[in-house]
Amino acid sequence: MTILVNDDASASDVPVRRIRFTINGERKIAEVEPRLLLSHLIRRGLGLTGTHMGCDTTNCGACTVLVDGTAVKSCTMLAVQADGHEISTVEGLATASELHPLQEGFKDEHGLQCGFCTPGMMMAAKALLDANPDPTEEDVRWALSGNLCRCTGYQNIVKSVLWAAAKLRAQG
Amino acid sequence: MYPSRFRYEAPRSLEEAIGLLHDGGDYAKVLAGGQSLVPLMKLRFASPELIVDINNLPGLDYHRADPDGTLRIGALCRHSDLERSALLRGTQPTMAAAAPLIADPIVRNRGTLVGSLCHADPQGDWASVVLALGGSVVARGPCGRRTIPMAGFVTGPFQNALAPDEIAVEAVIPAANGVRSGGYLKLERRVGDFATVGVAVALETSGANVSRAGIALTGVGGSTIGAAEAADALVGGPLTADRVERAADLAAAAAKPRTDHRGSAEYKRHIVRTFVVRILGKTEGAAEKAA
Repeated sequence: MTILVNDDASASDVPVRRIRFTINGERKIAEVEPRLLLSHLIRRGLGLTGTHMGCDTTNCGACTVLVDGTAVKSCTMLAVQADGHEISTVEGLATASELHPLQEGFKDEHGLQCGFCTPGMMMAAKALLDANPDPTEEDVRWALSGNLCRCTGYQNIVKSVLWAAAKLRAQG
Repeated sequence: MYPSRFRYEAPRSLEEAIGLLHDGGDYAKVLAGGQSLVPLMKLRFASPELIVDINNLPGLDYHRADPDGTLRIGALCRHSDLERSALLRGTQPTMAAAAPLIADPIVRNRGTLVGSLCHADPQGDWASVVLALGGSVVARGPCGRRTIPMAGFVTGPFQNALAPDEIAVEAVIPAANGVRSGGYLKLERRVGDFATVGVAVALETSGANVSRAGIALTGVGGSTIGAAEAADALVGGPLTADRVERAADLAAAAAKPRTDHRGSAEYKRHIVRTFVVRILGKTEGAAEKAA
């Protein structure tokens, strides 16, 4: 798989680098142009369009994914830098038959309106809950402070994450 | 948005990285956390021809104290490492106050303190903190290692004293002469915004007397401002209300703010004054409690 920035450029004109990485548990090899962003590798290269691009300027957090378990704004990391690393996107949350408690929480607590920021919110929340299974409301607000939502006023997003935390704890 | 085309190298050793920079000359940039550089490249404010990604260099992600108390922060130590650091909470009040105020939590997972110093944004928080603490930057190049005091490291907006083939490998905060106190306050419109005003205060106290003081200002001039006169007003005696007022006035006078969408020059100057009093007031209170 070769992914260039301009599809119309001839592949032979553009130096590419081969990278190996894991995405949602699947191992991949790709050839990417160094200036390709991680967000574009995910969306265009792999067709995983759950990762949204909002501001493209490191502000909004809609493109948040996990790199080796750490939340990262994927519009602000080069795809070549994913070489040797594990990426998780929102598509990796649910299993074939079951939603992830975070997804259930957002559904149950009405944690979204337009839904654009939601994948980034859920991935930032995932990183929080992996590190801190029993967060306070303040912990949740802190963890999501790099993710912008223009619809909800955040109230129901915070409730959704706390709902998911309780469910995950109950599941043990 | 895409950066313009560049050659990408991810060396495995510092020597290799320096060699690449030496050959790349003025057209090369070092990529550490990338949280300032990548956005600048996407906006085409920076279009380097060669990117030397240092994220694979071993042994640069540390922050540790030498036996004498000197603090060393490696080039790959992330803001989030510093935010979580028990060492900072226990020994470096100014740094511990600033760490949670850098950008937002997700940016802090990637961005680095040393990278922030090199980026030399007048609105960068760490430059003020390191300047107030009398810190320095250690650079490695083809001719070896040199230490550049923070006061001379930033040479202008987005400009630093590094040669094109040098890499900043470490920031150094000297050991305190006495008990350290101080803080960092930042006024921002929302989390992740640049500072409207930031004030760093670093004090060292021996007995009741202030033995060393540093005050530096973020976002109120063309580059980070060291308010040396304001700091000097605190040294040589106890932290009295008179001295605090005098230092706050001098710090406000040292600020060179401009009226913009974040506030008027007058407002920003007022905030500088208020923050100096607020940080020192808290310090004074803490000292009284300790006594």
